[in-house]
Amino acid sequence: MFSYTFHWNQAFRALPQMLDGALVTLEIALLSMAIGLALAIALTLFRLSGNRALSGIATAWVEVARNTPALFQIYMAHFGLGNFGIHLSPFTALLAGIAFNNAGYLAENFRGALKAIPDTQTRAGRSLGMSSLQAFRYIVLPQMLRIAFLPATNQMVWAILMTSLGVTVSMNSDLAGVTQELNARSFRTFEFFALAAVIYYVIAKVVTLAARLLAARMFRY
Amino acid sequence: MIEIENVHKSFGPLEVLKGIDLTVKKGEVVTIIGGSGSGKSTLLTCINGLETIASGRVVIDGTDVHAKGTDLNKLRQKVGIVFQQWNAFPHLTVLENVMLAPRKVLGLSKEKAEEIAVKQLTHVGLAEKLGVYPNRMSGGQQQRMAIARALAMSPTYMLFDEVTSALDPMLVGEVLDTLRMLASEGMTMICVTHEMKFAREVSDRVAFFHQGIMAEIAPPEQLFDAPQHTETKKFLAATH
Repeated sequence: MFSYTFHWNQAFRALPQMLDGALVTLEIALLSMAIGLALAIALTLFRLSGNRALSGIATAWVEVARNTPALFQIYMAHFGLGNFGIHLSPFTALLAGIAFNNAGYLAENFRGALKAIPDTQTRAGRSLGMSSLQAFRYIVLPQMLRIAFLPATNQMVWAILMTSLGVTVSMNSDLAGVTQELNARSFRTFEFFALAAVIYYVIAKVVTLAARLLAARMFRY
Repeated sequence: MIEIENVHKSFGPLEVLKGIDLTVKKGEVVTIIGGSGSGKSTLLTCINGLETIASGRVVIDGTDVHAKGTDLNKLRQKVGIVFQQWNAFPHLTVLENVMLAPRKVLGLSKEKAEEIAVKQLTHVGLAEKLGVYPNRMSGGQQQRMAIARALAMSPTYMLFDEVTSALDPMLVGEVLDTLRMLASEGMTMICVTHEMKFAREVSDRVAFFHQGIMAEIAPPEQLFDAPQHTETKKFLAATH
């Protein structure tokens, strides 16, 4: 019943190709985080603005990003927008989909962090003669970043793993795409995907570890 | 001089200050005692404009605190306040906590701000704790740090809002000692407190608040030993 013979050599020979793919994966994940962070800050400000339209947009964004499959978000960016004549390349569509998802989760993360800091902190700053902007900049923001940092790291790991959904929109240069093509040519499915999984695992672990070290340096209290 | 004239203040339907009049001269120490909800703490936050008032006036050295156009940030440099909850900034060391406002608000150089901070922290007995984060200190130490933080702005007036109420009984003494020291140095102070012995010792005048009204104000000997108002008598009988 178990007559499959492993051919690991074939997979290992393709390792350089797969590592090139891993770099593309990392690139998309990092870009999607940078864009997601910028959007999340904007969404957080929208929510705080008190303007109904702006906070409505922000709330809708967060709701959709967090409560629909990431796969659909990427599909929409590629095929959905295509219906309206907006044609994004697989790379751009994948990036847009993940950035959309990141922004939703990070905005919620920021909101929680902001809520966790008692008003009395701002009050203490104001009572020392600081403007509300100064109190936010020097007292609230640094504490917020600490609270938001580790959840943001989780989102980064999640972004790395989400890039694999790119295969559904014919993305073929990232790790999942490269692996899928190698698989299609050789049918060594187990070997290639196992090796790819190990690479994803290592990247995710390295990112988590690096973030922990960085956090320990940045937040010493 | 702090002049409080017929100040009214409400939170929703609840009127917490019902026409307070009080003048505090430079160098004077006035303590305010009274039950919970009597409006004593609210009055302090109205003095430095952290809370708005419904009517009346608070005038500090000629500046109307609640007038339109008053620069409250500037005014607050002159009027320090320390709260029941000390509100240490947890992400900064003790030294940085005290240096922050002199640097960012007064625009002092790092060296100058540090010099002032070290001086004030030494003054309140925290010279050994400069590089420590607040969460490594006791409540009493954090409260003394909060006092140093306010003093670093060289205020003319200091407001203390039940600064020992959230402390373990063991730690109350060290904070009161710090206040006694400030009083003896001639700092103008308004202290809301539940520490009757302390109020009797340091005050030039003691005010008794009851349900949003200043029922009685007198030198400590008189207020504690020969209270005039029925409510003062009741309150003192209950707390002694």
